[in-house]
Amino acid sequence: MARAVTPRRKIITTAVAWAIGLLIFFPIYWTILTSFKTEAQAINDPPLFFSFDWTLENYAVVQERSDYMRFLWNSVILAGGSTLIGILVAIPAAWSMAFVPSRRTKDILLWMLSTKMLPAVGVLYPISLIFVQFNLLDTRGGLIAVLMLINLPIIVWMLYTYFKEIPIDILEAARMDGANLREEILYILTPMAIPGIASTILLNFILAWNEAFWTLNLTAANSAPLTAFIASYSSPEGLFFAKLSAASTMAIAPILILGWFSQKQLVRGLTFGAVK
Amino acid sequence: MGHIILENVKKRFGEVTVIPPLDLEINDGEFVVFVGPSGCGKSTLLRLIAGLEDVTGGRIIIDGKDATSVPPARRGLAMVFQSYALYPHMSVRKNIAFPLRMARLERAEIDRRVKAAAEVLNLTDYLDRRPGQLSGGQRQRVAIGRAIVREPAAFLFDEPLSNLDAALRVGMRLEISELHKRLETTMIYVTHDQVEAMTMADKIVVLRAGNIEQVGSPLELYRNPRNLFVAGFIGSPKMNLINGSIAAQHGAETIGIRPEHIFASSEGGEWHGKVSVSEHLGSDTFFHVTCDGIPEPVTVRVGGEVDLHYGDDIWLTPDPNHLHRFDTQGLRVA
Amino acid sequence: MATQHSRSAARLMLAPAVVLLLGWMLVPLTLTLYLSFKKYLPLRGDSLQNGLEWVGFENYARFISSSAFWPSVQATLIIVGGVLLITVVLGVLLAILLDQPIWGQGIVRLFVIAPFFVMPTVSALVWKNMLMDPINGIFAHLWRFFGATPVSWLSDASVQSIILIVSWQWLPFATLILLTAIQSLDSEQLEAAEMDGASPLARFFYIVLPHLSRAITIVILIQTIFLLSIFAEIFVTTGGSFGTRTLTYLIFQRVVDSQNIGLGSAGGVYAIILANIVAIFLMRIVGKNLDR
Ligand SMILES: Nc1ncnc2c1ncn2[C@@H]1O[C@H](COP(=O)(O)OP(=O)(O)OP(=O)(O)O)[C@@H](O)[C@H]1O
Ligand SMILES: [Mg+2]
Repeated sequence: MARAVTPRRKIITTAVAWAIGLLIFFPIYWTILTSFKTEAQAINDPPLFFSFDWTLENYAVVQERSDYMRFLWNSVILAGGSTLIGILVAIPAAWSMAFVPSRRTKDILLWMLSTKMLPAVGVLYPISLIFVQFNLLDTRGGLIAVLMLINLPIIVWMLYTYFKEIPIDILEAARMDGANLREEILYILTPMAIPGIASTILLNFILAWNEAFWTLNLTAANSAPLTAFIASYSSPEGLFFAKLSAASTMAIAPILILGWFSQKQLVRGLTFGAVK
Repeated sequence: MGHIILENVKKRFGEVTVIPPLDLEINDGEFVVFVGPSGCGKSTLLRLIAGLEDVTGGRIIIDGKDATSVPPARRGLAMVFQSYALYPHMSVRKNIAFPLRMARLERAEIDRRVKAAAEVLNLTDYLDRRPGQLSGGQRQRVAIGRAIVREPAAFLFDEPLSNLDAALRVGMRLEISELHKRLETTMIYVTHDQVEAMTMADKIVVLRAGNIEQVGSPLELYRNPRNLFVAGFIGSPKMNLINGSIAAQHGAETIGIRPEHIFASSEGGEWHGKVSVSEHLGSDTFFHVTCDGIPEPVTVRVGGEVDLHYGDDIWLTPDPNHLHRFDTQGLRVA
Repeated sequence: MATQHSRSAARLMLAPAVVLLLGWMLVPLTLTLYLSFKKYLPLRGDSLQNGLEWVGFENYARFISSSAFWPSVQATLIIVGGVLLITVVLGVLLAILLDQPIWGQGIVRLFVIAPFFVMPTVSALVWKNMLMDPINGIFAHLWRFFGATPVSWLSDASVQSIILIVSWQWLPFATLILLTAIQSLDSEQLEAAEMDGASPLARFFYIVLPHLSRAITIVILIQTIFLLSIFAEIFVTTGGSFGTRTLTYLIFQRVVDSQNIGLGSAGGVYAIILANIVAIFLMRIVGKNLDR
């Protein structure tokens, strides 16, 4: 938009945009607000927006009663572990496809994408069976493997699109300078692709953190992450809105902040580079 | 050291043969220039020597050892890329030091060599900058610096000056020539710039469609082009090539005469014509002349300022000592 | 573009990813396929050790002819279709709005995309309790304020509620992609159209919308794949009752609740086929993109 916009028009669009933005954000805002109320205030009619006794009590109770920290830790381990292993597997694969493309590269990329589309419920039983067979049920290791596998195609794709933007000349220069493959990837490619790798890590951490099929179905007490922790709150008994809010806030706050940082990568990652 | 022999070297990309079997010897310390039209395989040949591409057939021998299947890192050659290919995340110092680090040299030795190279290339003040903060000419120097610190057996340049503006090109051209004089290391240089080829080379290799058309010193190629292609390719402006009855008078299918070897007069001479375009450069004047009985316009160089213009009568006389004669195959007739 | 060296290195480095994904795809798929032809009811004493009875296509026929099947297909289509409609239409409008010059654009953008980062179980619970609870939810307060009787959203308007929740989660995704696409629209095109006398509405329909068509297609395809398998939102809110039992949820119940593995597996095969039909279209588009 090269032209100046009339102030009147800008005021109107601003007002409309903010109204819609706040409306969309309201459930999150309301949850965060409620987490600082007492249970009685949480269900007060009319709803209380400002005039209530701000309290941190709910957070203390949630932590104490349900060992929130353990779930949080599991979420961190599962999301972090699966993303990290995924990256380690994907960097060499993406290097191959971006810099030594063959006639089959495109097919392999598309095939990888297609595995992402396998409906989870269609293979739930076989996976559980395998988990039982290898004693993986309710272990972090098993879940890390599954989360890594369901996100691997996205990781490979994202890295591939980032690597493609690096001129191959520079890698060849490194080869001429005496670098072997490991050194070429470690000292040249990876540092050059750091922004892309960071975005990939960020987005996949978020996706793994929020994954709510396998984490609900393959975990019990030991390895359950926050998705399962929150799901255990699904039957409302008595006064519990404030505590639910506190728990929810704790579950989403870290990822919401990460998510805000990675909004650009979201587009590229989830559309497999088809929209940039 | 830097003695490179290509024996029967062949390169195919899938079905497309880019380099048919080709033999070439490059002597130690020589400055060899590959020239040829775009797409003729200059870069491919250079990359084959570098080891960045596999040969489809034949052998590459570097300093007496068969290097055909040696990876690029271990051929002891250094390459300067057209895009410079500097490592954007490293300072100039680290860029230049990278090959030494890969060779696992000691820190002190690395520092010493980087410093020396920076001095030679006037980069001392820029050592802590990133490539992104340098001008085109400075980047070019860093790329060269990265190549010289390794003390390679030979340097490979792929059109290193083509991204620079005209003035900078002249400067860098001289610098590279000087560097060659000082280091006395073999250099292989790809260009399609006439002037670079003529001024820098000890030996020019003229390529067409992957074939070597002629190998020789710049003056050899200028004086005795082996065939029509080389005759037309070397020299600027191009040699005039004339077919038909006039060529037949000289006992050839085609005759060639360079613009600087024609004597022009407004009084009389061998061929009569009219000036069509005149280009006054000050030091020289070029006339494009439409001659009677010659279908193509003939280009003539006249020293200094000559006041002839469109439509004026002009007589041309070729210098018989510099007349090139070619047969029906396009080959030079002695 | 490379040497034999780097080609074999490339093959070696690609292998782990390919092998892992191949295993991840083939092993469960084969097992599902195998089980779908078997009678397998663990609660009635069937077990893999004792061998399972081969029943041919009986499970497939039973899955389709069961009284729950068509309603579940219907629920799936209504939910997926509803969410797609809402997110695409609102997404286009929102994207255009956010593309205008406004004060605090960055902050509004953060507000709009926030729901995408909320984990499905949290968003389902928050909507179910904080907003839609018939006694203490915000909606109930609002309804009472206007003198209306609060609605029991998740039982009386269950499908609409699920659509609302899921749309809220996916609207950010659609908006963000469409916004990215709009920003790549060459403003000179719009200016040229304006010079030609096109009204704002005409400019929208003849220039903006066609420009967005590819992005819209991608949004639809990707969302469809994710929406076909929404799970937590239903698991936490209605548990599949009140007409919200989608195909995914039906299969889940067959396998987990009623422990009819054979039947569930047959359903799984249907789901896989369905997802693949959508996937093929998506790959066409993405694949075309690879050539550029
Ligand atoms: N990786 C490749 N796959 C297929 N064909 C290729 C490949 N690399 C080069 N070619 C072809 O080989 C021929 C020679 O290419 P090359 O780059 O060596 O030409 P060049 O002489 O360097 O040209 P220029 O002066 O334009 O740089 C060209 O026809 C080109 O299309
Ligand atoms: Mg080239």
